[in-house]
Amino acid sequence: MSVLAIRDLAIRLPRGADRAYAVDGISFDLAAGEILCVVGESGSGKSMAANAIMGLLPDLVRVERGTATFEGRDLLALPERAKQAIRGDRIAMIFQEPMTALNPLMRIGEQIAEVFEAHGKLSPRERRERAVALAAEVGLPDPAAIVHSYPFQLSGGQRQRAMIAMALALEPSILIADEPTTALDVTTQAQILDLIRNLQHRHGMAVMFITHDFGVVAEIATRVIVMRHGEIVEEGERETVLNAPQHDYTKRLLAAVPSDVVPTAGAVRDTPMLEVQHLRKTYTTGGGLFAKPRVTHAVDDVSFAIAKGEVLGLVGESGSGKSTVGRCLVRLVEPDGGSVTIDGEEITSLDAAGLRRARRRAQMVFQDPYASLNPRTKIARAIAQGPIAAGTPRREAMADARRLLETVGLDASAADRYPHEFSGGQRQRIGIARALAMRPELIIADEAVSALDVSIQAQVLELLRDLKDRFGLSILFITHDLRVAAQLCDRIAVMQKGRLVEIGKVADVFLNPQDDYTKRLLAAVPGATWTGALESA
Amino acid sequence: MSLAADAPRSAARGPVLDFWFRFARNRGALLGLLILLAVIAVAILATVMFPQSPWKMVQRPFLAPFQVEGLPLGTDTLGRDVASGLAHGARVSLIVGLVSTLFSLAIGVPLGAAAGYFGGIVDDALMRFTEFFQTIPPFALAIVLVAIFQPSLTSIVAAIAVVSWPPVARLVRAEVMSLKRREFVEASRLAGLSNAHILVRQILPNAMSPIIVMASLMVATAILLESSLSFLGLGDPNIMSWGYMIGASRTVIRTAWWLSFFPGVAILVTVLALNLIGEGLNDALNPRLARKGR
Amino acid sequence: MRILSLIATRLAKAVVVLLLIVIANFLLIHAAPGDPAAVMAGEAGAADEKFIAQLRERFGLDQPFLVQLWTYVKGVLQLNLGYSYRQQAPVLDLILERLPATLLLTLTAFVISLTLGVVSGVVAAARQGKWTDSLVTSLALLFYATPLYWLALMAVLLFSVQLGWLPGYGYETIGSDATGLAHALDVARHLVLPALTLGLFFTAIYMRMTRASMLEVSGMDFVKTAKAKGLSPGRVQRRHVLRNALLPVVTLAGLQAGQLVGGAVLTETVFAWPGIGRLMFDALAQRDYNLLLGILLISAALVIAFNILTDVIYSIVDPRIGAAP
Repeated sequence: MSVLAIRDLAIRLPRGADRAYAVDGISFDLAAGEILCVVGESGSGKSMAANAIMGLLPDLVRVERGTATFEGRDLLALPERAKQAIRGDRIAMIFQEPMTALNPLMRIGEQIAEVFEAHGKLSPRERRERAVALAAEVGLPDPAAIVHSYPFQLSGGQRQRAMIAMALALEPSILIADEPTTALDVTTQAQILDLIRNLQHRHGMAVMFITHDFGVVAEIATRVIVMRHGEIVEEGERETVLNAPQHDYTKRLLAAVPSDVVPTAGAVRDTPMLEVQHLRKTYTTGGGLFAKPRVTHAVDDVSFAIAKGEVLGLVGESGSGKSTVGRCLVRLVEPDGGSVTIDGEEITSLDAAGLRRARRRAQMVFQDPYASLNPRTKIARAIAQGPIAAGTPRREAMADARRLLETVGLDASAADRYPHEFSGGQRQRIGIARALAMRPELIIADEAVSALDVSIQAQVLELLRDLKDRFGLSILFITHDLRVAAQLCDRIAVMQKGRLVEIGKVADVFLNPQDDYTKRLLAAVPGATWTGALESA
Repeated sequence: MSLAADAPRSAARGPVLDFWFRFARNRGALLGLLILLAVIAVAILATVMFPQSPWKMVQRPFLAPFQVEGLPLGTDTLGRDVASGLAHGARVSLIVGLVSTLFSLAIGVPLGAAAGYFGGIVDDALMRFTEFFQTIPPFALAIVLVAIFQPSLTSIVAAIAVVSWPPVARLVRAEVMSLKRREFVEASRLAGLSNAHILVRQILPNAMSPIIVMASLMVATAILLESSLSFLGLGDPNIMSWGYMIGASRTVIRTAWWLSFFPGVAILVTVLALNLIGEGLNDALNPRLARKGR
Repeated sequence: MRILSLIATRLAKAVVVLLLIVIANFLLIHAAPGDPAAVMAGEAGAADEKFIAQLRERFGLDQPFLVQLWTYVKGVLQLNLGYSYRQQAPVLDLILERLPATLLLTLTAFVISLTLGVVSGVVAAARQGKWTDSLVTSLALLFYATPLYWLALMAVLLFSVQLGWLPGYGYETIGSDATGLAHALDVARHLVLPALTLGLFFTAIYMRMTRASMLEVSGMDFVKTAKAKGLSPGRVQRRHVLRNALLPVVTLAGLQAGQLVGGAVLTETVFAWPGIGRLMFDALAQRDYNLLLGILLISAALVIAFNILTDVIYSIVDPRIGAAP
């Protein structure tokens, strides 16, 4: 039975956007008691469709045509007041960023109770009681106390639970979830997905779940819609779409999803390129006349080594200290203790000049393709400035920059342009070219593919793999994504709260994890049971 | 979902032209620019239009506007030409506004940049110093400085610069702190570039937009400050200025309103023009912050 | 507890800052052209030789620089800001006598500007792009560019001289011996024009900030959450947007305190308002440096008091400040 019927929905974007329609004539049904996953890459229009149903489109974006029939009425044609009455009561919504989706100045309980108030239900006292009960239902710890907390006192996962409590308050018949787990760590994500599935089951809601992650789809979906450039390209039951996709685009997307099929590790050479011993970094924050400082052990006695030509994956959740390790190796962050040697040379004790020389051998590729290039520097200059500073003649360095652009799969003409003319994936290639320009032996890639759409991600991974073989590079590949790590790495090291809890060959870590945390991490990977990519694609 | 595509964008126009189009879309900013150009023209042509010293008595005192031909704005308490005073006063206002702003940038930008880039103790020390200056009421400090060092063009410019730099330092510090954490700065450090090169060539160019906007507003504030000092009798005794004209005729406002009125309008219009330009610059240089719906 | 520790920290800081200003004052006297004793006594050679000799002895002006500094600082620590030769009275007494009038003026202007500024800013943001918005925004732009003292003069000309509605100078009607409520009303009538002209400039600042802040907060995620709950637009604005939008305005109000105190000098001069601003103008006319520097110190103390006040307000509004991490 369909609770929501979308017919020929078209959403017009303002002038100056990259295309005229965010969503162009889509139709679908949401059935009672199902979890419908709407999947697509960024810019596919999936979020816009959800916002249109809620009547929460941004300014200047408007519904041009189409209907959304809910309980016998067309949501899109309702007057604002009637839409308002439905929002939060019959249809509820949760969002991607739990950190910013709650009012920072209001207590959690007040924010939950406010839903009843908005719809004129219950007495103030009953509202408070229901808020506590809801906090308990969504699994917030110590519900009676936590309703008096402010959002900043809660973790990301707890905030998302509070959001879900608000959405559940009036037993809506539809829950729209817009990438609700994207900003969360993988173990937290698993818990939230579990919660949504349980609640959906218990309350019999229909859930429209928007995501870009096929792992999440495999985990939670009943039915799947695949969107691309504002159109629906494929629709079907979960098993059908995942295992026998019809449309080319779906096939390509699925093929790009890193699979659990572990590639055979290359023969590990024994000469160590990088050796890290007892590395430590401690941060002290706060503290003053009347406040005690807070001490965080970002990196706590970490030791590992990378052989020449080896790729080591450093995996951990946010706050595990994995990025700090990467930055300590090249002293972008000064370590507090321990030793780092690159090809036998001790890094931690070098003076400024020595450090400058040593850094040529170890370069970084960064996470954010938009922040990693100076918007006011032309591409060629950005790539060549390192070699020029190191004494390479200007003309030679610029010519080399052009060659490197071709090496990373771009046109040499890109050299004379500015970063804003390139897409995220292209920028990441430029970042790799910049690192290669120094002729490094070790590359530290810090979440280098995390900000990219899955199909672009696959291409950049392919490039890294190719470059590693061609130049015999050693790579420290820092990521939060176990699947991605498995695609590229020979060995994997797992970090938790500043400590290295496990290190071993990819196959060993995946198939026979020793540490409890590694086991939990692996179990939490969405779609762990789904084998992933198709060989036939 | 963002409205911008993750696809290559091409710049159809050059950056200069592009900037001009964004600036010109703000009508107020265009108006401000026209007014400012007019004021600049008057300041340049003052000696041509009014070759005589503005201090010279030309007619009997207290002539109302248009009472006597050739004196469209009348004469003041000592029979001096008000129109001539206004034209010559434009020079002081613009020079003081511009020069004192340049000086406060010269103090504020390096201090803020150093505090933001080096952080730690350097930051602490420099920011305490800045906070200290922000605690003293700027106008009162300017009065004391000019009074103690004797009123002159130099002491006025110096006093205004000394009281106006703290906001610049804070702004630059905030910008540098956010920029230095960007990955392209880390990449530059890995590439072996020197601190000076990174700060001057990589970071500061990216912090220019807000600094330019602030500078345009500071010129306006400096003009107001100068006129206030002159109003209190702390102007350079050898130079005719708008604030002095108002201050000198304050006691006769009941009988000769025009003596205070016109110089005030001149200040108002000039400052307004600069503020309008500042808003236009802000729209053009920080397109993300531009008001929506335009 | 949180607020008490905040106030304690700020007061400790304030003492250090004020001490530094005292030292700066001392350096200024010595940096001024001419004999420091003459500078302290007042320029133009009006001070008689005996008095200057007295000053020399008291501040040990023949002694080493650091000893002189210590003598000066010690004097200030004993609440001795020096003696105004021109006015024949201790500087501190002169200032304290005038302080209440200045506090009345600046606080009234502060309250008026904050209230008017926030209200008009909220209205402008709510009517964004409509004519009300254009009107309020244009007026703010105009007042922001108007010289304070000129606006005061024009207000006197219009409301006092032309229309005769309100008194144009002074603190109370001279020669009136009204007491109690009648006296208060009389003072209030005298207060209207100075407080309004001083406040309008700051009204413009707060209005612009409130408007910008309201628009920015309106685009934040939690506002969308509030809408998704089905709250009415009015409630979304009041409960979610406004409270968050006021935080930067409070910060700005604290930063503007110095401008407010400085602006009082001009306003009090035009309206012959018997506060420390007017005192400063008189000291200026007589080149009474000792009095000038004393006023500078007290006005800095006033700014610090305003800052602590806004910090306290901020910490009450924002639960995140000073909370245990």
